[in-house]
Amino acid sequence: MTVTPASSGEHEAQGPASGKGKLELRNVNKGYGEAWERQEVLTHMSLTIAPGDLTAVIGPSGCGKSTLVDLIAGFERPDSGEILLNGEPVTGPAHDRMVVFQETALLPWLTAYQNVAFGPKLRGDLKGEALDAEINRLLDKVGLAEFKDKYPIQLSGGMQRRAELARAMINNPLIMIMDEPFRGLDAMTRELMQEFFLKLFEETRRTNLFVTSELDEAIFLADRLIVLSNRPTSVRETIEIGLPRPREFHMLSSPEAFKYKRQAMEVLHEEAMRGFTRSGDQQAFLDAYRKGDEAQSDG
Amino acid sequence: MSEPVAGQPQPGVTPVQGPPAGLGMFLYKARKNLTGSTPYLMMGGIGLWLLTWWLLCEVFSVPRFEKMPGPVAVLSELFSVEPFLGISVFTQEYYQHIYLSCRRIFFAFMIATGLGVPLGLFMGWSKTVRDYAFPILETVRPIPILAWVPLAILMFAGFEAPVIYLATLASFFVTTLNTLLGVDSIDESYFRAAGCLGAKRRHIFWHVVVPGSMPFIFTGLQISIGVAWFSLVAAEMVSGDGGLGYLIVDAYMNNVTVPMVIGMITLGFVGWITSALVRLVGNRLMQWRVRALALEGR
Repeated sequence: MTVTPASSGEHEAQGPASGKGKLELRNVNKGYGEAWERQEVLTHMSLTIAPGDLTAVIGPSGCGKSTLVDLIAGFERPDSGEILLNGEPVTGPAHDRMVVFQETALLPWLTAYQNVAFGPKLRGDLKGEALDAEINRLLDKVGLAEFKDKYPIQLSGGMQRRAELARAMINNPLIMIMDEPFRGLDAMTRELMQEFFLKLFEETRRTNLFVTSELDEAIFLADRLIVLSNRPTSVRETIEIGLPRPREFHMLSSPEAFKYKRQAMEVLHEEAMRGFTRSGDQQAFLDAYRKGDEAQSDG
Repeated sequence: MSEPVAGQPQPGVTPVQGPPAGLGMFLYKARKNLTGSTPYLMMGGIGLWLLTWWLLCEVFSVPRFEKMPGPVAVLSELFSVEPFLGISVFTQEYYQHIYLSCRRIFFAFMIATGLGVPLGLFMGWSKTVRDYAFPILETVRPIPILAWVPLAILMFAGFEAPVIYLATLASFFVTTLNTLLGVDSIDESYFRAAGCLGAKRRHIFWHVVVPGSMPFIFTGLQISIGVAWFSLVAAEMVSGDGGLGYLIVDAYMNNVTVPMVIGMITLGFVGWITSALVRLVGNRLMQWRVRALALEGR
């Protein structure tokens, strides 16, 4: 399969910010549960996602990656701290932040075409022939022109992800949030999707937050790699990935890539070990938190 | 990678032609159905059942079955031009009973669907509505329809209204509850995706809640039309004037078993057709669902 983004003279509809959002998290905290069994998920989380960059976020399993996505997307509100998109606080879900979900979230009762049309039609900001042309252009770009009248269930896993990319891109968001988007695909499809997605990104340079649990994927795609700590989660390390663009798969075996990989692996291993030993002592862990809460309320 | 390259014919593969149109499609479907095992197994099942019935009642007259009418007695009466007991496919009364029952079912089913589906949708969509309605629904639902009969007769005058009321009541609960379950069954990620794409609350209702609960709604409607038939017959037995339930109980009063069995068989058959109709409408409305099931080989 060779589906490459059509590199014609056409470009994404250029809005005032042209898909270059700057996202900032300032000292964000988020936890769940009643006071007496509270589990902190994110703590003192501060990070900046630079406009036009692809920032990958990686962390040990069970750290607050999905919670981070939920907060930035606006599905959940932080307990304290600020989330700012181009300086404006995030208050709920909106089409300036598009999420591409873990498992496909294409609406199964709509065809590929109707799914892509969904957002613009609801908001009414693109209509009639202009909308039709834009949908067809994007579906063509992701290689689904022939499949536009198929329902999601009739598409393969890779096609579903590409349809979802088209559905997100048509809204011209300031930032794309990818929550382990290629999880569940077989290795071969996954590699092709990474390549495809990378070309798409390098063409548009739309600000992207890419959450993943695959280190190779993160290094291959990202300008910057943020390694999260174990729960309660905060930023553990930030690694600038200096591999040249356009990226090629063979760059992953360069000594430079190796250096990044080792650097990230060391931190990840340490964090994973921390979580591993602690989960054996869950009760002590909870007790420690209870004490922490009490101390806070006493103080 | 199994994804074909769009627009390029694969070498060595004859291009697939479009589906045949009109009569061609009908013949294709008929041929496909007749080559499968389904119609033959169905006929075999019916044959086996008739044979058992015939052996038990008419050939060996096994104790407890000797008073039952056998298939020969029933079928020869059902298809006789001058029926001895007044009911056969050649008498107008037979169709009058079917018509009366069907008309009642139609009204009851329409009212129950018209009330139950919206109520279920709103209960699933809004926690406030659910908190209001759910306790009452759950309290009233287990009360058997027969217990409502006296109240229905007191409440409504005439023959039609109480019967329709009872059938409506029975199918209303099934419809409402299945619709509610349908809304609950919708994956959270669809709500989130819609929210992300800029959907307001009312958009989410029309574009996520309604289509997402359709499969459960139609399963519910198939059950609810069956339940409507149960309760209709119960109601017709008590307060009827015509109808299949009335035919059954009237035959019982007159101590003739053959029309009774004719009524029962007809009822089963008509009930089957009505739920098949509901299924047909459901499949028409949910093409995406039909494709999904077809891919799973169903």
